[in-house]
Amino acid sequence: MNATLEAFKTRAEAVSAEVHRFTGRQEALAFILGFLREAGVSAAPQCGAVWVAGTFLDGTVQAELHSQVPGISFDVTQEASAAAKVGVSQLDWAIARTGTLVQDATAVEKRLVSSLPPIHVALIGTDRILEDMGSVLQHLRPDQFNYISFITGPSRTADIERVLTIGVHGPEQLLIVVVDEFDRVTP
Amino acid sequence: MTTQFKESIETALNNGNLTGALGRFSEAYRISRAKAYEGIDFEAVRDRIAEIKGSASSRFEELAEQFKQKAESRGAKVFRTADPDQVKQYILDLAKAEGVKRVVKSKSMASEEIHLNAALEKAGIEVDETDLGEWIIQLAHQTPSHMVMPAIHMTKEEVAEVFSQEVEEGQTPNIPKLVKFARAKLRPKFLQADMGITGANIAVAETGSLVIVTNEGNARLVTTLPKIHVAIVGIEKLVALLEEIQPILTALPRSATGQLLTSYVSIISGPVPNPDGSPKELHIILMDNHRSDMAKDPKFKEALQCIRCATCLNVCPVFRLVGGHVFGKTYTGGIGTILTAWFDELKKAEDIQGLCIQCGSCVPLCPGKIDIPGLILELRRRLVVEKGQSLAMKAIFGVVNNRRLFHSMLRMASVTQKPFKQGRFIRHLPLFLSDLTDFRSLPAIAAVPFRDMVKAIVQPKGGDKVAFYAGCLIDFAYPEMGASLVKILNKAGIEVVFPDDQTCCGAPARYNGAYEVAAQNARENIKALLETDVQYVVSACPTCTVALKHDFIDTFKSLGVTDPLTLAEAEKVSAKTIDFSSLVKKLVDAGRLTFKEGEALGKITYHDSCHLKRTLKASGEPRALLQQAGHEIAEMYECDTCCGMAGSYSLKLPEISAPILERKLKHIKDTGASKVAMDCPGCVMQIRGGLDKDGAPIQAEHTAELLSDRFL
Ligand code: SF4
Ligand code: SF4
Repeated sequence: MNATLEAFKTRAEAVSAEVHRFTGRQEALAFILGFLREAGVSAAPQCGAVWVAGTFLDGTVQAELHSQVPGISFDVTQEASAAAKVGVSQLDWAIARTGTLVQDATAVEKRLVSSLPPIHVALIGTDRILEDMGSVLQHLRPDQFNYISFITGPSRTADIERVLTIGVHGPEQLLIVVVDEFDRVTP
Repeated sequence: MTTQFKESIETALNNGNLTGALGRFSEAYRISRAKAYEGIDFEAVRDRIAEIKGSASSRFEELAEQFKQKAESRGAKVFRTADPDQVKQYILDLAKAEGVKRVVKSKSMASEEIHLNAALEKAGIEVDETDLGEWIIQLAHQTPSHMVMPAIHMTKEEVAEVFSQEVEEGQTPNIPKLVKFARAKLRPKFLQADMGITGANIAVAETGSLVIVTNEGNARLVTTLPKIHVAIVGIEKLVALLEEIQPILTALPRSATGQLLTSYVSIISGPVPNPDGSPKELHIILMDNHRSDMAKDPKFKEALQCIRCATCLNVCPVFRLVGGHVFGKTYTGGIGTILTAWFDELKKAEDIQGLCIQCGSCVPLCPGKIDIPGLILELRRRLVVEKGQSLAMKAIFGVVNNRRLFHSMLRMASVTQKPFKQGRFIRHLPLFLSDLTDFRSLPAIAAVPFRDMVKAIVQPKGGDKVAFYAGCLIDFAYPEMGASLVKILNKAGIEVVFPDDQTCCGAPARYNGAYEVAAQNARENIKALLETDVQYVVSACPTCTVALKHDFIDTFKSLGVTDPLTLAEAEKVSAKTIDFSSLVKKLVDAGRLTFKEGEALGKITYHDSCHLKRTLKASGEPRALLQQAGHEIAEMYECDTCCGMAGSYSLKLPEISAPILERKLKHIKDTGASKVAMDCPGCVMQIRGGLDKDGAPIQAEHTAELLSDRFL
């Protein structure tokens, strides 16, 4: 494991995120589908998963995924997200030093799936993990993107008696899937 | 002080939940903060922040205009106003035009500053705070007690009760359940709201961006779901460049909550699509409300460097006793006192400015590099200028201002105290003064003051000369400390001269805002101290040392004294002034003083006096000397936390001074040492008096006394 990835994993886990790393896309995809099934994603009401398709799914037939886990929907709306159990999305960058994921979140779907459902599955390419915030802001400049989101662990509060409680208004579980060959279809 | 204010202090002090929770928090806070800063050069970060925010506040007008242009070019509407009423009107008009019925808010102190919720509710609009702490406070009809954790003063039982009463019967005091309950109840509010209101932690002029920092994820929902987003931003949140957000985002989460980064940071630079695909309306209100007046004030401009991390609340020995509510409705703690005086009015700060014990604990930890106690002192001075000194204070300073009268009164006191005196202490004071001996014994005034005693000491002549500035306490209550100092310096072959015309250092007057009196004291002392040509001016009282070294000059400057001779003489005194332990350490290091060998003097603990540690930066010197003398140092917990003495503070607010002392005594006792050393006669008075009342068999001594027989 390279040092940047290692640092990212340590920091992210320190703030209660789960980090899983895979070499190939197929492996990662199989893991995600397994996780969704395990989490109880199905076609039943309140059991869906909303997925904002990105480059990670290039070359994958969406209907195929849907047939494997029937609760998955790629049609992301406020209603679907509010009713979903899991939101899945692809993040643009990550910061090793703080265990943070970063995204151009201008498209509303990206914000809906990462803020309404109780579980957020975040996909990121290994080569997208940079050292610090400064390096990320070089790529994702606020003068070009209207809404940039930094996500560090699940939602949390300590507002009652300073007792740390995970999961308030945002997700209570953040699953980060790091993939080495993120943009390449493995034969 | 108003009775109402005194009562609010009383109520807070009697609230065991509050003082318990805040006490535990302040202890845990220091640890988590320190951990979060591992590997970070805090001094470098805060230098940057002070520079960035200091430079921004010098050009608010320019940056606000640049921000407006940038944000508008990207599709936001920006409204600039100085007037809080116009902020409210703008939002009400907008709500009316858009048919807004429901508003969700994420935490915004600026909106609380202008009492926005009340205005919206009056117009028939439903408003819900969504930050958990803010929601609790809203439901309980209270105001926030802490800038970062608004409901820190409430227990889970109280929260459950508020939820049961205001939302749904039957809530139990189980924190995870209470949090889940809040999530479930607020979720429909987010989904139904027509308008979302936020603040911003930073506004970037270069790009027209707002930076919003949260942990709960509520700000993401507030800025995503409703079709209108209104951000209320105080202009002190402006920075010029995008890259300047980094040092602020490095410090804010670390200092506020001990996190490397909060769960969410959103940078919003323009309208985004709504869930239904329509473009969001983005309104940004840049609010001044006296911030640019503050920026024009040479002293208070510094307070605009604040990043609202609340460190100055968390580490404050007074805040942890009384909590936030005694400070007022919006901004609390040390910085809150200053902000209230400006954003509200100076008069509102009249009582609360007195809460600051001037210990300086907040100063080295403030990411904005703000001299909080210094600014509070300046408030005090201005209040006195504006309102005049109280009659009682006037009478006291009338005396202090006249050295002969003052000194003859002190001499007289040594006679009149006889009926109340037992050994080293005054046991009771008559009538209204009895409060002062309630929690500690007071020292008896010495029969022979140091200024008389010194004349009988035979000293080496012809070598180096040092002037001793005794200060009132050593001169009249603890002359033996002065005698120890002379004995030690004599061993190094130094003659100690005592300029007879020295008088009170002016600290009491200065700390009560009576700068004219302090300046008069300064003039007399400078004249007396420059009469003989000496190598050093030494003092064994850190408050006096700070007065000689820093305050004389500052008092003159605050009063607009420009006479070059006066200032040059003050500088001369400043340059020669040194505290006792630092001087003795120098003499030891130079081989001019040699410790007796092989002494085993046992365990001792050391109390750092506020001024010595934080202003004079001497904490290693006394410890090294005590160790070299043969003591073994057993450090106490919070060794550098104030003992609660702080001059007249313990007279004005004995109810706060007493519990601060109590904590100190506990930490001293916990070390198991039979002696506690310190370098300040004021601390000796407080701690020795407290130990006497307490009955603990521990000796409190000035380092000078402990060292007086230790040299060859
Ligand atoms: S004054 Fe300093 S310590 Fe206090 S809140 Fe502001 S930045 Fe933080
Ligand atoms: S100087 Fe001490 S008492 Fe005053 S605000 Fe700072 S920490 Fe509190």
